[in-house]
Amino acid sequence: MKRTIGLLLLVLMLAIASSVSAEVIKIGVFEPMTGPNAAGGEMTVEGIELALELKGEVLGNKVEIIVVDNKSDKVEAANAVSRLIEKDKVVAIIGSYGSSLSMAAGDIVNKAQVPTVGCSPTNPLVTLNNPYYFRVCFIDPFQGTVMANYAVNELGAKTAAVIQDVTQDYSVGLSKYFVDAFRELTGDQGSIVEMSSYNTGDQDFTAQLTNVKNKNPDIVFAPGNYGESALLIRQARELGIDVPFLGGDTWEAPEFLSIGGVAVEGAVFSTHFTAEAPVTEESEIFLAAYREKFGREANAFAALGYDAYMLILDVIEKAGSADSQAIRDGLAETTGFVGATGVITLDVNGDAVKSAVINQVDDGKFIYLTTVEPF
Amino acid sequence: MGDVSIFLQHLTNGISLGSLYALIAIGYTMVYGILRLINFAHGDIFMLGVYLTYYGVVYTALPWWLVFLLAPVLTGLIGILLERVAYKPLRGSARITILISAIGASFLLQNLGIVIFGGRPRAFPVPQMLNRVIRLGGVSINIVTFIIPAVTILLLIALTYFTTRTKTGLAMRALSKDYETASLMGIDINKIISITFFMGSFLAAIGGILWGSRYPQLMPLMGSMPGLKSFIAAVVGGIGNITGAVMGGFILGLGEIMLVAFLPRLSGYRDAFAFVLLIIILLVKPSGLMGDKVTEKV
Repeated sequence: MKRTIGLLLLVLMLAIASSVSAEVIKIGVFEPMTGPNAAGGEMTVEGIELALELKGEVLGNKVEIIVVDNKSDKVEAANAVSRLIEKDKVVAIIGSYGSSLSMAAGDIVNKAQVPTVGCSPTNPLVTLNNPYYFRVCFIDPFQGTVMANYAVNELGAKTAAVIQDVTQDYSVGLSKYFVDAFRELTGDQGSIVEMSSYNTGDQDFTAQLTNVKNKNPDIVFAPGNYGESALLIRQARELGIDVPFLGGDTWEAPEFLSIGGVAVEGAVFSTHFTAEAPVTEESEIFLAAYREKFGREANAFAALGYDAYMLILDVIEKAGSADSQAIRDGLAETTGFVGATGVITLDVNGDAVKSAVINQVDDGKFIYLTTVEPF
Repeated sequence: MGDVSIFLQHLTNGISLGSLYALIAIGYTMVYGILRLINFAHGDIFMLGVYLTYYGVVYTALPWWLVFLLAPVLTGLIGILLERVAYKPLRGSARITILISAIGASFLLQNLGIVIFGGRPRAFPVPQMLNRVIRLGGVSINIVTFIIPAVTILLLIALTYFTTRTKTGLAMRALSKDYETASLMGIDINKIISITFFMGSFLAAIGGILWGSRYPQLMPLMGSMPGLKSFIAAVVGGIGNITGAVMGGFILGLGEIMLVAFLPRLSGYRDAFAFVLLIIILLVKPSGLMGDKVTEKV
């Protein structure tokens, strides 16, 4: 008799539990799945989906992610977050690869008070004065300085040319910080010998590069989308520019290697994480799970996507609530969260302070050169 | 690098880009010249041509030069199909109706491209033979840069011969003047229109292959900008006129390169340059540089 009562109780509890778990926690994801940033968005979503597989439940509720393609377009990015908030009623949002895309969504998430975690937008303006925007990556003042340091200290560069994509806030911001740091390190205001620009979607860079060649710089810093950058370096090599090319985290895409071919050999760039140098226990868990699911080594964007998702779930768990306001408050207090890309502590602006990894293209692969700690 | 060799380098860059625009513009202008239809899907046919070449080279055992010939033929057949589906049922209706159908066809092809080929870019397999660089003094020239203008000029001559000296060419020209009279003279309108679309799409694919060899990044939306630029080139040269299209292409290509080269501050406006050129031409000489004078018969 006692056993039947016990069983009945158990069934009752299960019934209650399942009726509670019928409530699904929805997390929105807006990433570029088509257009010039498609590879970055796809890599990030791979990481988020992997995290969902490993941890698909929180507070006894199932988690659902809703992925919306922002088409690498600023207007579409704003539409995507509006859709996630109004139609899908998500409690939190992850995204987006591309600082311009994140900035286009910034005002909307701020007004709607839905906390958003960026995976890889590195422009400082993404989170500045926006209490609802956070990110799990470092920002460009750091990244630009890292590359300027590398150019001056490792390559012995005294002059540099900069080629930026004027339609990407990422590229313009990163170029500015690089220029500032490079001038300071060389102690020479005239050390940037050429500054030229192009637009996302341009395929021909020969005019800019001919001018760069004429100035004969020691290195060229050209942060931009992986596709445009690969074509740019190809054309530079054809024109006979044989100095090192330096760039930022967007270069870490298989397309950079396939489109660039032999031309991008030796290109150096900073990024967030490499499978060759795991930093935490979580990195090992992530890398092994990624290898099992996709049959290849993970990249920085998948790792950041994974971290953004895991951070939100961790905050929900600690707050004991999946309410948007509670998630925002929890995110703002993040200290010492152990992620795959490192230990994440968010500062007053909601930015992570983390180390940067420097990679180089060698024999058609990305190889790890060194890690730079935050100053 | 001396000033002269820099200028020569810019000139080479401009000619290379210009002849690509010219090549795509020829197809645009041919279809317009005969059907009075602006085929807005031309840029997307161009995209299909490049992707077909990509799949042919990467996924079949055929040698690259054979694929480079087969893919344009296949693209030409797709062009015929497009005409049958999107334009033929509307033949005889208002011109604006067909224009809207063309815009619809363009969006359809772009989105089909995204679904079938995927959103991530692919690298065009440039044959080793075309991937060499020649250095003349201070000027570096990719071998493709030689091939593109050569192909453009060759096709220009061949097409001019075709339209002026052959029976089919004569039929095309007759058709462009007057549908009904042409058909009364025993011209098979459907056949001639199909041939026109085949040739236009074939040329788009040739342009696409050379574009891919020069800028080896393939995306489903890659046809829209070159398509628009070539359209402008065709209008500048006088739409319907093949020699004009080639001229327009060169003007546009050289203009863009020179703008970026000598006014680097304006390099963000290189696309705007093309559109400003279009507006000026439409204001000053709407029939284009080589266009026929349109006289209204009373």
